[in-house]
Amino acid sequence: MNKLKLNQETIKSSREYANKIAKDIQSLIDIHSTVSVERTVLRLLGIDGVDKFEVPIVNRMVDDVKEHGDITKGVSVYMASALKQSQLSLDEFCNDYLNQQVPLVVDDLVSKEETKEILKPYYEQQLELIENNRKQRSHLINKYGEKKTELYVIVATGNIEEDVIQAKAAGRAGADIVAVIRSTGQSLLDYVPFGKTTEGFGGTYATQENFKIMRQALDEVGNEEKRYIKLVNYASGLCMPEIAAMGALERLDVLLNDSMYGIIFRDINMKRTFIDQYFSRLINAYSGIIINTGEDNYLTTSDAVLEAHTVTASQFINEAFAKEAHLPEELMGLGHAFEINPNVEDSFLLEIAHAQLARELFPNAPLKYMPPTKHINGNIFRAYQQNAMFNMVTTLTEQKIHLLGMMTEAIHTPFISDRYLAIKNAQMIQNSMKSLVGEIHYKEDGIIQKRAQLVLDNAEKLLQEISEDGMFNTLAKGVFAETKRTETGGKGLDGVFKKSDDYINVISDQLEAYFNEN
Amino acid sequence: MKIKPYGDTLNDGAVQVSFTLPMALSAKAIQTAKEVAKEMNLVDPSVVHSEVVGDNFSFFIVYGAVKAQIDVSKIKVVELKKTSKSKKEIEKLVEENFDRELVFVGASTGTDAHTVGIDAIMNMKGFDGHYGLERYAGIKAINLGSQVTNEDFVRIARDEKADVLLVSQTVTQKEVHLKNLIELVELLESEGLRKDVLLIAGGARITHELAKELGYDAGFGPGSYAEDVASFAVEELIKRKGE
Repeated sequence: MNKLKLNQETIKSSREYANKIAKDIQSLIDIHSTVSVERTVLRLLGIDGVDKFEVPIVNRMVDDVKEHGDITKGVSVYMASALKQSQLSLDEFCNDYLNQQVPLVVDDLVSKEETKEILKPYYEQQLELIENNRKQRSHLINKYGEKKTELYVIVATGNIEEDVIQAKAAGRAGADIVAVIRSTGQSLLDYVPFGKTTEGFGGTYATQENFKIMRQALDEVGNEEKRYIKLVNYASGLCMPEIAAMGALERLDVLLNDSMYGIIFRDINMKRTFIDQYFSRLINAYSGIIINTGEDNYLTTSDAVLEAHTVTASQFINEAFAKEAHLPEELMGLGHAFEINPNVEDSFLLEIAHAQLARELFPNAPLKYMPPTKHINGNIFRAYQQNAMFNMVTTLTEQKIHLLGMMTEAIHTPFISDRYLAIKNAQMIQNSMKSLVGEIHYKEDGIIQKRAQLVLDNAEKLLQEISEDGMFNTLAKGVFAETKRTETGGKGLDGVFKKSDDYINVISDQLEAYFNEN
Repeated sequence: MKIKPYGDTLNDGAVQVSFTLPMALSAKAIQTAKEVAKEMNLVDPSVVHSEVVGDNFSFFIVYGAVKAQIDVSKIKVVELKKTSKSKKEIEKLVEENFDRELVFVGASTGTDAHTVGIDAIMNMKGFDGHYGLERYAGIKAINLGSQVTNEDFVRIARDEKADVLLVSQTVTQKEVHLKNLIELVELLESEGLRKDVLLIAGGARITHELAKELGYDAGFGPGSYAEDVASFAVEELIKRKGE
């Protein structure tokens, strides 16, 4: 695909700069771990549940090691040693642990080899569940087929039962992907709530039980409609790898999992975020979950014309980080958005240039294309037109994950009819313009080609600067979304620690071994 | 003068309505939609379109005419006194009146783990299309997040030479938020800092009146945005500078 006649050298050097940026950070990631990474290890041994104060057991355990043991060794060795000393199975141990009958932190720590040996039956069982989910997903997708562009809608009632009703209706109306928006502020909780929830603010809590309930509902509709309906949730935040693990266990298909979103938009510490994103993506790669990145958010904050190159630069960086975590291109749902003020002359052409640029730079990635939100003003009729233009660009540039715009954006969370009308809008355009993309070439050195090359050139320049300055300095300067973040600022830094020489993480060891073999 | 909605003829009262009914589409559903319109006091409603939007959900577009006539001369509205300036205006004010950045330090203090309010005001992304203070040129916004003790808050305020302190209280039990807010004022006074800062409270249960009563300079309740807070703060700081 080369409709834009992009300079291939610029693309190549952009990728090289991005790789250097990611490698620099990766060397820091490799020698650190976080409390959420350690909690994820426990989850992937099969530990789940809460104590009588609703505190997840995995939080209790990791805090316990932090307080009474040496967390820099990792939680794996403590778990293995405690199991050996107590002579209990993991289930029995967790039960007794909650009743304060057995200690997790014991004096005699087993060796790395023994840690692995003791924990192996438990993590193998969980990883097998995940592998089965991955196989089940491919089986269903092979059986029903997959569309070139998939329609993505959001439900956000706060009540998982109500969400199920809306999600099923959307599925029947033609939605291929359904996301359950999280409750406001969940990304800043340093634990994952437990169980089925029916109250949330502006969304529904991401819990493993809620994942299960929605998965079942979508499978039900998908079965009837002969389509595989994908389920999305949000991992970005302080519990990124834990949510990735829970998503893997409940067969989620897409997770919002940006390497920088938490830093920029939630003021989560950058070290914490980079370390967490790596482990969560490692799990995503194993479970076959598509990651979605949050570049679209830059444009709701910054100007979509002036800052278009920051989106491209960030996509290259997200790609480079994803490669470090063994994610194949087919799972890299890089983000971008249709956010130019529609009153700008030729804005439609600029949107085509930006969208086609992303398409050509990342030809195998299931790109996530976000609808207009910033310049939607409450006039629902105007918004319906803006969404139609957005839908046309999607079709003309063959985006994969097509997040539908709502005419009632910024008025209320979608009514059932809003979602329905949005799906019909997109379907009409997809169908009526189905083959148009094959008929179109862009004018040599025309507005679209020139714009795309300019954005790419600026992105390359920015990537070069970042690779010279280092990522931490770049974030401190406020290059992305004009937000400044410092290395020691933000939430969650107290949960980051340097691994000691005898650190062991049985899950990442196992996954790294898997990827090196495959 | 009495008026009605206008379709294509003066006083025809024409309106369009759309809604969903939680029932499968059928002749009965269409009649039900019509009855809904009649109950809304629409004259001669006609269901121009109906469509299935989900299992047991039907969508309708209805036209009709309203009977109500409104005497415009009797309409009285209190024009909201617009005190808030736009982000640009605020940035300009800062630039013209100060040769340095204004420092805003904010936090959810005490046991409150909810940062929704303070994030909406301070974080870059802001809320509902209203950018937060971090985005403002000329303002250094430091959001300390949740569960910050009053002691830490005051210490950081001093270290950062804060001009404005924003305290958010979202969730309360047994009025603990009041106790917490009062404690902060007392702490600032005992440290001799109270006069050096603008002290602003915000939250679901905060009103301007309550905040003043507790010894704060201002209070912002639900529906307040960054520009409301920033307008007040910047104008007040300019006023104080002149004094």
